[in-house]
Parts: sequence; structure tokens; C-alpha cells
Amino acid sequence: MDQPAVSITDLGFSYTARTGSPKSSSHGSSSAKSSSSTPERLFEGLDLEIAEGLRFGLFGPNGAGKTSLMHLMTGILTYEQGSIELFGHRVKTKNKIVNSLFGLVPQDFSFYEELTPVENLEFFGAWAGLTPRETRQRTEELLEVMNLQAVRNKAVGQFSGGMKRKVNLAIGVIHQPRILFLDEPTVGVDVHTRHELIRYLIELNKKGTTLVYTSHQLDEAEELCQRIALIDKGKIIACDDLGPLLAEHRQKGLEGLFLHLTGNAFER
Amino acid sequence: MKLLATIKKDLRILMRDRIGLILMFGMPVLLVLIVTSIQNNVFQPFSKNKVLLFINNKDNGRLSQDLIRAVDKVGLFRLESLDSNGSREDILLEMRKRNGMLTLVIPADFSTKVAAAAKGKADKALHSFGLEGDTTARPATGVGSGGLSTADADSLTLLFNPGIEPSLKLSASGAINGTIQMVESRQIIRNIYLSVNEKPLPDSLASEMLSSSAGLKEIPVSLGGPVIPLNATQHNVPAWTIFAMFFVVMSLGGSVVREKLNGSFIRLKTLPTNYIIALLSKQITYLGVTFLQAFVLFGMGVWLFPFIGLPALRFPHDGLGLVLVTLLCGWCAVSYAILVGVVARTQEQANGFGAVSVVILSILGGLMIPSFIMPAGFQTIMQFSPLHWALQSYYGLFLEGGKLKDILINVLPLLVITVVIQLAIVVTLKRKKLI
Repeated sequence: MDQPAVSITDLGFSYTARTGSPKSSSHGSSSAKSSSSTPERLFEGLDLEIAEGLRFGLFGPNGAGKTSLMHLMTGILTYEQGSIELFGHRVKTKNKIVNSLFGLVPQDFSFYEELTPVENLEFFGAWAGLTPRETRQRTEELLEVMNLQAVRNKAVGQFSGGMKRKVNLAIGVIHQPRILFLDEPTVGVDVHTRHELIRYLIELNKKGTTLVYTSHQLDEAEELCQRIALIDKGKIIACDDLGPLLAEHRQKGLEGLFLHLTGNAFER
Repeated sequence: MKLLATIKKDLRILMRDRIGLILMFGMPVLLVLIVTSIQNNVFQPFSKNKVLLFINNKDNGRLSQDLIRAVDKVGLFRLESLDSNGSREDILLEMRKRNGMLTLVIPADFSTKVAAAAKGKADKALHSFGLEGDTTARPATGVGSGGLSTADADSLTLLFNPGIEPSLKLSASGAINGTIQMVESRQIIRNIYLSVNEKPLPDSLASEMLSSSAGLKEIPVSLGGPVIPLNATQHNVPAWTIFAMFFVVMSLGGSVVREKLNGSFIRLKTLPTNYIIALLSKQITYLGVTFLQAFVLFGMGVWLFPFIGLPALRFPHDGLGLVLVTLLCGWCAVSYAILVGVVARTQEQANGFGAVSVVILSILGGLMIPSFIMPAGFQTIMQFSPLHWALQSYYGLFLEGGKLKDILINVLPLLVITVVIQLAIVVTLKRKKLI
């Protein structure tokens, strides 16, 4: 049997609730420390498996734990219980092997606005372990495919939201990861750019990259995802291929399915 | 390869941070230029930079002229006569108008009083020798210094501006009292000589009798090499170079916080490279910046200052020592900036705390106020300021003619502080799970 891309078993994780901050900072650690903060259990005994080569969607209301789960899968947050494995390698904070397996496209722009796309790709390529020659080659490919050639020498800070999203995505895939985590990769972009990005992601998946994706754009999710998991209050309430799931619950689309399963309207 | 790519990235960001560059290079250049120009007068010897002393002489006698000549000879003052008939209000007005700090008011009966007092003392002396003389000596005249409103109009009076530096006033009144003593002594000798020899005392003999034969030998303390006299340039250029190095906290501290707070840090955490590479790159990049700052500021002292009438900076004879001390100062400054950036939660915290703390450390370190005049408690606190050890190291090289081995007593504490800061960075990063 093939090794799953992601295997989560009996996951337990608490986040630190601070005043004015409903979730633990994605930059910080998971454990509660200060007297003004109280740990709250987010995941308890969570199991999930994502097969290699899939386009997998994680959906749920705000605060359901989508981003936290993605940060646990990428080692940004550390879990207290259970295990998370990527292609059979246990995820820990700063694990060189695991970190070279995946790419991350965070919701926030994750690059240096003072630098050009070429300079950003050069830097992140080196940090991803590519040689300068490999970085140059991948940079040219990505600038071409993302249609960024004309602005290759302009500081990213001057770009439109759509172009920034493209740079954000390009950096995430520069080292051709086996699995790509995408946290709302198309938020704030126009329809044309969104379709460009989705087309690119589907092409990437066809070449073998597993995609794990979260979004509030349900129409886009239906177009991109083959299999989905719905999360609510830290629990997976449904996980299946999209078609059978819609058929089982007699729904025409994700929005209806979401409403049907959670009792809440999907917050955009 | 990763380190090289990171240094390239840091250099590119640095070169595009215009405000940061102005803070790191433009501001220190201006500071050194302005402070050195202003302090140049303070560091000038008194022969070049005399204190203005107004003389209001109401006396027409010979002894007041003797006194004025003697005060002039001290070399401390630039004398200017005021109208002898002017009132106290006129004197005060003139002092205010001309920013004068001191006025010596010689009363109309000064010569008469001093002559009488001298005669009395001379007669007393003659009497004690068994010669004829008047034993009823009158008290000597001395300078009565006081605030502008309390001076006694009938005595020799030194009017002073309350804003005068206390040490300057003390020096001035000491010098004037000394000259009064000399004028009176001369008159006593004249009287005794006249009584014994029945002819006036020759001026040359009077001078010979009053001059001291025990000279004071002054030797500057050296660490071995030639001593370079302290002037505004030799003090300010090294001092403000250290300040400029530590002021990189405004750019570097902010840069570390920005990187922590913006999205790029999330990505850095997920890439197969340790964050320590990012910090190492920043240390190398900004060490280059501090070295360049020193080069610019030292170069300014050597080549620009002579053209604008300031003393040229004279380099120490131990060039290697200078390079090593500069690198160590830079490393300490960069380490401090990174620690501020690692500890701070926001850029505002890093900039605010960074700037204020560097100013405080520089005051404690003796960059702005000489450390030897600080109270005992501060002399102890001063030992914890890396800027103090940096300045002492530079002084050892720039002023005392020392070599690196001669200033190890100052270099080693600086090295220890730097290592402690580095350890604090690692501990903080580990505590925050950033490495």
C-alpha cells in the first residue's frame, strides 16, 4: 500500500487564549505560559489521512481550527498528543527532512516587500536547499508560468494584491515540494487571477504534487478539491470525496452541505 | 551558500532602507561635526580661549595698575576695561549685553588700603627684626566675591553671572586672590627694602624675590607610545563613532522585529534551514556597517576636519589594535541590537527602547559626561555599560599611545559583555522556540 501524504493519528492540541486574541499566535508556540492566558483544548483524538496525489480541502467556520491544523501539519505549531506524519516522516518543529517535503503558501504575504520577485525567489530558493543554478532555473520557470516577467525587477511592495498572491505561491513551490499546503491562497484577488492560480494548482497536482487547501471561496473549492474534510469545533464532522458526500447529504454544492452539517451559514 | 544568499538579501534590504541609512551614517556625521565644532573651544588651551573679565577700576593709584597687570599675566583672562565712573547697573547691563561672566570692581581706595596694609605688615616685620617700624598693622585686602546684588561696594569685588560654571568661577577667584597676594607681598618687600636700604627696590629684584624656584613638572601618563594631547577631535570622533555603532539598533533591532512579525518568518520556520543562519547573516552584514561607520567618521576626522578649522584626528600607532577594537565594538553593538530585536514584541518597542537605552548607556559610559566626575554609585553602574569599555579602549589607543596588549584591561570586559549578550540572544530564541 502507498504511503499516505499526511497521516494524523489521535491528535491532541491546546491553544493559548489571550485577551484580545481568540487563537494562539501562529508565530508562537502552542503551550500556555503566562498567567494572563488559559490553555483551551482545540483538537482531541483527531484522525485524518490524506492520500498522495490528492487535491484535498479543509473547510469549516472561522475558529474551527483549519489554520491551526495546517500549522500543526507543517511544524509551525507543536502538538502535545498523537502523531502527524508526512510521507511516513514524523512532523516536528524544524525537521530538515520533513521541511524539504512540503511547501507552504500562508494566508499572509510571506516575502520581503523591499525585494523583487527574483530576489525573493533567490533567497527562499537557497533556504529551501536549492543550488544557485537550480534557483535561477526555477525562478525563470515560475516567472513565466505566473506571468510575472514584466515586473521581475520591481519591488514586490509595489505590486497589486493579485500579483503578490502569485509571488506568494511561487515561493511556496520553488523547491517543487511533494505536498503543498495552501491557506486561502486566492483571498483578495480578482476573478481572472483566481482562475489563473487555480489552473496552475491543478497543473501542479497533475504533475504529482499533493494539495492541502483551505478557503472560504466554496465555488473555487468545488472546482479544485477532489476530497474534503469539514471541521467544526476541532472535530472532523465529514470527510469524503466531494461527489459522494454531496450525494449522501442530498446537497448540490458545498455551501448547502456546510449549512446542512454545521447548522451555520458559511462565513466569508 | 544559504548564508551568502541571506547576506545578499540583508544587504539589499539595508540598501533600500533610506531612513535607516540616514540614521546610521548621516546622523553620526552631523553629530560628530556639530559636537566637535562646539566643544573645540572647551578643549582649547586657555592661551587660545581666554575668559572675558571686565575691569571696573575706580582707583587711580599705582597698585591697582599693578593688580591689573598681574591678573593679565595669569593668562586665564581676556581683560576689558569698563567706564570707571559707571554705576553698578551700567556694569550689569554691559555684562548682559556682552555675555560677560565676570567683572572685577576695584574700589577707589584700593591702592591706599593695600599700601597701608603692606606698610603695617612691613613695620611689624621690621619691629620683629629689632628695627624701627609701626606695629599697628592693618588687615590685608582680599577679593570679596558675591552675587550681583550682594557685593560690598567698598571692597575689591568679583561680580559673577550665576550661570557661570562653578569650576571656572573657582579658578578665576583663585587666580585673582593669588595676584592680590602678590601685589601686597611686593608692596611689603618694597617697604622693608626702603626702610633698610633707604632707596627703592629695583623691579627686577622684586620679581626675582617673588618668583618661585620650585617649578612644577607636568608629565602626561603614557602606555608606551607617544601621547596625543586631548582635543575635541581626539575625544569626539572615537566617542561618537561608538555611539553611531550602537545606534544601528534603530535599523537592525527593527529589522529583526519586522522579520519576526511579518509573514516571511512563518515561511522561514518551515524551510529546512536554521534561523540561526538569518541571525548570523545580520551580524555579518551589520558588522560591515559598523566598520564602514568607523571608516567614514575616522576619515572625516583625518581629512575633513583640518579644512574646516578643527584639529585633525591623529591615528594611534597600533593600526591592527585599532581595527580589532573597532571590530569588537561593532560586534558588541550588533549583538545588542539583535538582542533588542529578539526580545521586543513590536517595532515600536524595539525603536523606542533601543534609542533610549543607547543614549542612557552612552551617558553612563562617559561619552557625553566625563566618567571621572560621576558620583561613586554611577562609577559602579558604568562598569556594565559596554560603551564605557569601548571608549576606554579607544582612549588607550587614541590618547595614551597604547597598543592592544596595553588596553586588554578594557578590551576583555567588552568581550565578556558581548559574549553574555550573544548567550542572551540564544537563550531568548530558544525560550521563544525560534531556533
